[in-house]
Amino acid sequence: MAEVVLKDVVKTFTLQIGGKPQLVNALKGVSFSVQPGEIVALTGPSGCGKTTALRIIMGLESANGGEVRVAGKHVLGCGHDRGMVFQHAELLPWRSALGNVKFGLEMKGVRGKELTERAESYLELVGLKDSMDRRPHQLSGGMKQRVGIARALAIDPAVLLMDEPFGALDAQTREVLQAELLSIHAKTGKTIIFVTHDLDEAVLLADRVVLMTQGEVQDVVDIDLPRPRGDVVAVRAHEEFVKKRYHIWKALHAHAVPDALH
Amino acid sequence: MTDNTLAAKAPTAQDAAVPLPRAKFKLAKGHVTALSLIIVGSLWELAGPSMNPLFGSYPSAIWEAGVRMAQSGDLMTAILSSLQPFAAGYLLAALVGIPLGLLIGRYRMVEAAVGIYVTAGYAMPLVALVPLFMLWFGLGFTVKVAIIFTLAIFPICINTWEGVRAVPKALIEVGTSFVAPPAAVMWKIVLPATLPYIIAGMKLAIGKAVIAMVVAEFFTAISGLGGIILNAANQFDTAAMFVPIIILMIMAVGLTSLVRLLERRLAPWQTELSGREAA
Repeated sequence: MAEVVLKDVVKTFTLQIGGKPQLVNALKGVSFSVQPGEIVALTGPSGCGKTTALRIIMGLESANGGEVRVAGKHVLGCGHDRGMVFQHAELLPWRSALGNVKFGLEMKGVRGKELTERAESYLELVGLKDSMDRRPHQLSGGMKQRVGIARALAIDPAVLLMDEPFGALDAQTREVLQAELLSIHAKTGKTIIFVTHDLDEAVLLADRVVLMTQGEVQDVVDIDLPRPRGDVVAVRAHEEFVKKRYHIWKALHAHAVPDALH
Repeated sequence: MTDNTLAAKAPTAQDAAVPLPRAKFKLAKGHVTALSLIIVGSLWELAGPSMNPLFGSYPSAIWEAGVRMAQSGDLMTAILSSLQPFAAGYLLAALVGIPLGLLIGRYRMVEAAVGIYVTAGYAMPLVALVPLFMLWFGLGFTVKVAIIFTLAIFPICINTWEGVRAVPKALIEVGTSFVAPPAAVMWKIVLPATLPYIIAGMKLAIGKAVIAMVVAEFFTAISGLGGIILNAANQFDTAAMFVPIIILMIMAVGLTSLVRLLERRLAPWQTELSGREAA
């Protein structure tokens, strides 16, 4: 059974544009499903609804129509079965790295010795055990996002949701974290759904890429690259990588280019 | 030979300097403040004596009057009698103002219901209400606490309210995504995120509370430091009048640094994050 299922999900926003309320159809009947242990990338041009879809799966937004199920259960709000990694990490500035990882655990009701032990073990998983007493402003962008990942993983969710997690990082840090995410996935076997506008990243990390345009799923592309994909450079040179990246790029531009010319 | 010794010594000096290189002399904030006080004080001392002592005074005359009052014990009695309602009123204002500001900022309906009174109350001409306060609370300790409380609560409450409004939506969403109950969102996210604003409000409230204290002592039972001001003024003893005024200003400065110290203890991330010029 699929871990995450979206069926005909519809989302409309009301935006005040020039003082007049205007209805925006962010999602116009989006359906896709994610298997347990799978990594799925949501990608597409800005405004295609990929982040909205992720936020609906998380329960931070509610859909206006259709249904979302995680492990068979209807999503009615946020839950400990899903862990969210935010685009800019969004760490609590008054808490240390360890304190930030503890936050999610505290909310799950973990207390005492177990709280510290689990938080420390997840910081160790992301390679930050030595920096656990640092506050967010004493961490680099990459380190912050590692703490964000540790915080989300610590509550042991069934699904890890990531909203452009590496989008704000420099190219080198991004590559390191991509490789690290792959190794974390290999260790934990978590189901991961992540949003990215970076096609390389989508093909590199995902088992399947859900390509969205204007609130609809345009295409779902299987990526048949062997795992582990830890050797990022070798993966990028792989024939499948090049082929799929080109395929997605063309699919995107078939849609985007005529639009831009209008 | 000389070259050799230098070469041999250089690394040792370097090693010693590695942990924290000491600057030769850095102009510290304290030095600047002290220098500024000396200059202003000296100018006042030089210009003061040429004035009619009825219309003004100067540091050495004020100092003499202060020593006289301290020796008679009047000053200490006045300070203690002023500080008690001050502390009670100020702390009560924080105790009520902070939670109220948190609730108004967090819940739109509370804001809609109560916000207007807080905004209006901030501009309330308190002096006009003092006679009413006396009818309600009498002339003693209670009315002073009430007056100080009334003036101090608004800056604390309004700042807290503004602070809550400024909490980034993303941080609240972190709470939501980890299924934090409303109380946990308030205690673990909203309150710490608002702390710098609360402290700013508490600093503003010190000034307001000092004014309220003097107003209370002028208009209710004449007592405390405000009482000395009034009595000295009535006796045309301008130097003596300045003694409590100076003490009140020193007190306000001291309390403000105390609150600032509290800020560094409670919200160190804020101090470290602020982008102020060092020089």
